[in-house]
Amino acid sequence: MFKGGFIQNLPKIYGLYTGGFLVFILLMAVLESAGVSAASIGIMFVAFTVLIYALIGYLSRTIQVDAYYVAGRQVPTVFNGMATAADWMSGASFVAMAGGIYFGGYTYMAFLVGWTGGYVLVSTLLAPYLRKFGCYTVPDFIGTRYGGNLPRFCATLVLVLASFTYVTAQINATGTIASRALQIPFELGVWVGLVSILMCSMLGGMRAVTWTQVAQYIVLITAYLIPVFWMGSKLGNPFPHFMLGDEVQRLAELESQYGLTKNTGAAIKEAGVPGGLKYISNPHSAVPAGGMAVWKYLSLAICMMVGTASLPHILMRYFTTPSVKSARKSVAWSLFFIFLLYFSAPMLATLSKLQLMDPNLPTAIIGKSIAEVKSIPWVQNWSAVKQVFIADFNGDGILQLNEWFMRGDVVVLATPEVAGLPYVISGLVAAGGMAAAMSTADGLVLAISNCLSHDIYYKIIDPKADVRKRLIVARVLLVVIGALAAYISSMRLTSILGAVAWAFDFAMSGLFFPLVLGVWWKRATKEGAVAGILGGLISGTAYLIYVGPKFMANTPWLGIDHLRFGIIGASVSLVAMVVVSLMTKEPSSAIQKMVDDVRIPSGRAILGKQH
Amino acid sequence: MSNKESHWQKTKNHMFVTLAIWFFFSIVIFMFGESVNQGSFLGYPLAYYMSAQGSLAAFVILIFWFANKQEKIDDEHGYGGEREDD
Repeated sequence: MFKGGFIQNLPKIYGLYTGGFLVFILLMAVLESAGVSAASIGIMFVAFTVLIYALIGYLSRTIQVDAYYVAGRQVPTVFNGMATAADWMSGASFVAMAGGIYFGGYTYMAFLVGWTGGYVLVSTLLAPYLRKFGCYTVPDFIGTRYGGNLPRFCATLVLVLASFTYVTAQINATGTIASRALQIPFELGVWVGLVSILMCSMLGGMRAVTWTQVAQYIVLITAYLIPVFWMGSKLGNPFPHFMLGDEVQRLAELESQYGLTKNTGAAIKEAGVPGGLKYISNPHSAVPAGGMAVWKYLSLAICMMVGTASLPHILMRYFTTPSVKSARKSVAWSLFFIFLLYFSAPMLATLSKLQLMDPNLPTAIIGKSIAEVKSIPWVQNWSAVKQVFIADFNGDGILQLNEWFMRGDVVVLATPEVAGLPYVISGLVAAGGMAAAMSTADGLVLAISNCLSHDIYYKIIDPKADVRKRLIVARVLLVVIGALAAYISSMRLTSILGAVAWAFDFAMSGLFFPLVLGVWWKRATKEGAVAGILGGLISGTAYLIYVGPKFMANTPWLGIDHLRFGIIGASVSLVAMVVVSLMTKEPSSAIQKMVDDVRIPSGRAILGKQH
Repeated sequence: MSNKESHWQKTKNHMFVTLAIWFFFSIVIFMFGESVNQGSFLGYPLAYYMSAQGSLAAFVILIFWFANKQEKIDDEHGYGGEREDD
């Protein structure tokens, strides 16, 4: 059936896979109309897709170092783009982003700009040069460029801190989705999620993660786009992305009609609103006035952009392409595949907001009597699990905009139900959310364990270890780190571990300038790099503790709050690195020649194929 | 100027141009968000549109353009080898 090798047949293989997945969706739809229960359909969706990923993980097993660390450096451009997109879009992007826009409006969309604009920095400043370097991990570059174990160790520290902050949230998300779809307790769901993640990565390392991530991208993008287009057509906009101008303006009208009222904290507490639920108090499309609002928007976008360009689990995806040229192109494809989901999220938020607010639509609830709203089946279902809540503050028996509370995730998870789409779509959305959370968790756990096994164990502790031993250590670390993250998630400590945004701030504080200046400034020295990494990390963390609402909770300087502490960290990092570099002796001619070589896109990699 | 130096010079210039365009779409537009939002595109308020789709699409196009042009620069200087030989 297939001529030639695996790589030549990739389009055929994934074409068949996509076709198979669509047939599976249709089959589920047939089963639903034949009367199979919603719960069984949810279980089948999640179980079937996870088993496919596990199968791909098993088929990609390997005993070679370069296959384990960098997928043998033979991942074609477009496929690496898809894998990066899955690696990048987390459970949070899939489940929470549309909800964030729903409640935050224009202000929240700084995340959209930040999480896409960062790829311009990746492509121009870093990816092609790191590929030319031929490293296995990000600290591998720092360690070789600056020389010595100290910079390597410091970079490892930042990598572990940033990635671990991120991964607990992902395992938490897999646990939430698994528990909901398979109807098991959350604590068990977390471990089911972990086993699924390890099945994808343990036997084949980067190679297995690459091919499962491509499969997961296909599932998650299908699961995101089908409901958007379906709902769009139901409201008479078959291609919502270009047709919602009137709807956005209509929302602005409705906002002024109902009024954007802020509730007081005391009132919310008194009404007993469950934690984590929000209500609409920000305008959907209006730009808030004032210089501070502008600075808040820009500073958030800057943190997310610079953080994107420093996150090791993303940078390491560009180590897997066959050439420098394909690494560069691959960044472009990555952003294209990410864009497909990101430019749909605001449309999903608009459509679902309109459905709840516009009195001309049958699905509207705002402005209706509370007794009537409480009798709607989906409101009852989601109230039962404390995801939505109604508080009649003014006691008039009519639901006002500020009296309707909802968890952000509900926008993606419940919208198909609200719009009256069949349950098969909700099952599909659950499978998509699972794919998004799993693919990111896989990339992160692998980034941490590869770095510890390569940079700490092999490069620092035991440089004489043979290949077999190195790969055993890598796999043991993978399991240990995954288990640790799952254990922390199962204790529900994530609320004190902080926001996903912190991972970006940690990474930009400690890694951005040491990486960029390593390529773009020959004069950067070892001492400078250590000062840059540690200075950024320590000042950023200290500032986080100073302003963090769960720590000292002091008033932020210039609006730089705990989501934006990377601004402080990265600035200190830049200054420390430049000053210390200029104070110390310039790098040896061998290092300077190495930097020259990195800047030439063709020819041999700096580090050998196996190192 | 040696071949290597002129290649790096052009690469640097290309990087600066790309980042200038990036700066416009990621920062400048939103610095003036309030007045930009007075304009409209496809019926959307303009700053809202740029934040939801416009700048995102601009970044996608920008990176493809960046990669293609950099490939041309590499080819002109004889550095356009498809694969490394290791």
